[in-house]
Amino acid sequence: MRRLSPLNLAVLLTGIVFLYLPIVILVVFSFNASRLVAVWGGWSTHWYAVLAGDFALLDSAFISLRIAVISASAATILGTLAAVALVRFGRFRGRLLFAAMIYAPLVMPEVITGLSMLLLFVAISIDRGFWTVVIAHTTMAMCFVAVIVQSRLVDFDVSLEEAAMDLGASPARTFVAVTLPLILPAIAASWMLAFALSLDDLVIASFTTGPGATTLPIRIYSEVRLGVSPEMNAVCSIMIGVVGIAVIAASLLTKLGAARGTPARA
Amino acid sequence: MTERQAQRSFLAKLVVWVPYAWLVALFLVPFLIVVKISLSQTAIAQPPYTPVFHLASGWQGLRSFFAGLSLDNYAFLGTDPLYVLSYLKSVEIASFSTLLLLVIGYPIAYAVTRTPRRAQAVLMVLIILPFWTSFLIRIYAWMNILQHDGPLNQLLLALHIVREPPAWLSTNTAVYIGIVYSYLPFMVLPLYATLEKLDEQLLEAAADLGCPRWKTFWLVTLPLSAPGVLAGALLCFIPIVGEFVIPDLLGGSQTSMIGQTIWTEFFANKDWPTASAVAVVLVCLLVTPIVVFQHQTMRATERN
Repeated sequence: MRRLSPLNLAVLLTGIVFLYLPIVILVVFSFNASRLVAVWGGWSTHWYAVLAGDFALLDSAFISLRIAVISASAATILGTLAAVALVRFGRFRGRLLFAAMIYAPLVMPEVITGLSMLLLFVAISIDRGFWTVVIAHTTMAMCFVAVIVQSRLVDFDVSLEEAAMDLGASPARTFVAVTLPLILPAIAASWMLAFALSLDDLVIASFTTGPGATTLPIRIYSEVRLGVSPEMNAVCSIMIGVVGIAVIAASLLTKLGAARGTPARA
Repeated sequence: MTERQAQRSFLAKLVVWVPYAWLVALFLVPFLIVVKISLSQTAIAQPPYTPVFHLASGWQGLRSFFAGLSLDNYAFLGTDPLYVLSYLKSVEIASFSTLLLLVIGYPIAYAVTRTPRRAQAVLMVLIILPFWTSFLIRIYAWMNILQHDGPLNQLLLALHIVREPPAWLSTNTAVYIGIVYSYLPFMVLPLYATLEKLDEQLLEAAADLGCPRWKTFWLVTLPLSAPGVLAGALLCFIPIVGEFVIPDLLGGSQTSMIGQTIWTEFFANKDWPTASAVAVVLVCLLVTPIVVFQHQTMRATERN
């Protein structure tokens, strides 16, 4: 019998409060009229107005968004290919190294990934900037994509693919007509994850960026190091809002996808 | 072989070789370059190390290139206590915070499995949701709370728990709070995944045979959730060892963690060979946990 004892309920509530309270406090303080962050001076949207005039910050936000869209798309394609290779191609030569290169970046400390990328770009004398960050983020994110898509590929019914091929569809056609629609929720979810990872990354971007490509996290980090400020509270609250809306939209989408996918599997 | 089959196998090769080549060129090769530079000497040049390998100089160039490599940087790491202390501190903080995460994450994951099915999905979304907001923002949120006249100290003063507001920022406590807060979803997720699959009948059987609840937990639930504990611990421990942002923003300046040391060597001291050597030693330190993690994930995905 499953039952929720008072102790378990208390654990859950404490856990949720611990996870959300800091974020709530941050958002509340972003509406503080006072310049002094810790003193409450009444509700105000003053700091948001200040932000709208901060062109350097807006510029960085735009750069970050572009990097995130491009690298998430590239990572989704490469990661999906990698997942298909891992799940559907059996034991091809070099599979062990391939799998190792998929799993290792998931836990590799970012400082090392960033450092090694930068040394590569220096060794082949590529000027660092926008595109080097895109390449670095693609490489990091494709491994996450591969793992997510792989888990979806593993648990779907292979007989659907076999049926398509028995009826004369080529493997490529089978993939597009049968496999792709079925793993689409996983692909959409991994694009979102890749996008979020890129938008979030400070360390790898710091190593691989160059002049003119200061991403939003790099800009925020350089400000935050100096201490807490009301403008930063406002920036962070906007980002929390954007992510919140995106995640809710994505979960609705996946729910839709799952609802559509279930009868097919049954 | 018909034309169509040839086409198929070409496409199939492409599916494997495109991501394969990408990872070799942008994950494996860069790491080998790090190893190579860790064997080089610092130089006031661009790039700031010697020897630099030129393909044009051919065989002779290759020989002088290898002659120019040395293990000096590694010897240097051993002699300077700065590095040794930095490694020790990283491992210490990572071990202790992984333990903390287990102690905090396990009851949460367990409590989630005790709720009705529908609630479980919602609860897991709630637990993972903060992970989607930026890492930097979550740490910044704690800078807000922990600052000298921040909400935490105001609360403690109002409740008369302390007379003087204690300093939270720039302490190890702040680093632990930041790490536990940031990594909690990584711990709860694998724990929940194993606990959720646990066969209820085993617990019922134990109860029928008169086993007290705590003993059932100790003898049945805990051993069966061992894979989740291992996965969660590795998923947290490995990245925490190399953590940079959390100790940099919340921690003090007494001893830095190894991620910070690499960062400073690289950006402030412009000592690329030493930074590379520090990185290589860090990977060697992490190689066992990384291999165990890889093995674990591969087995988990293949079992499904």
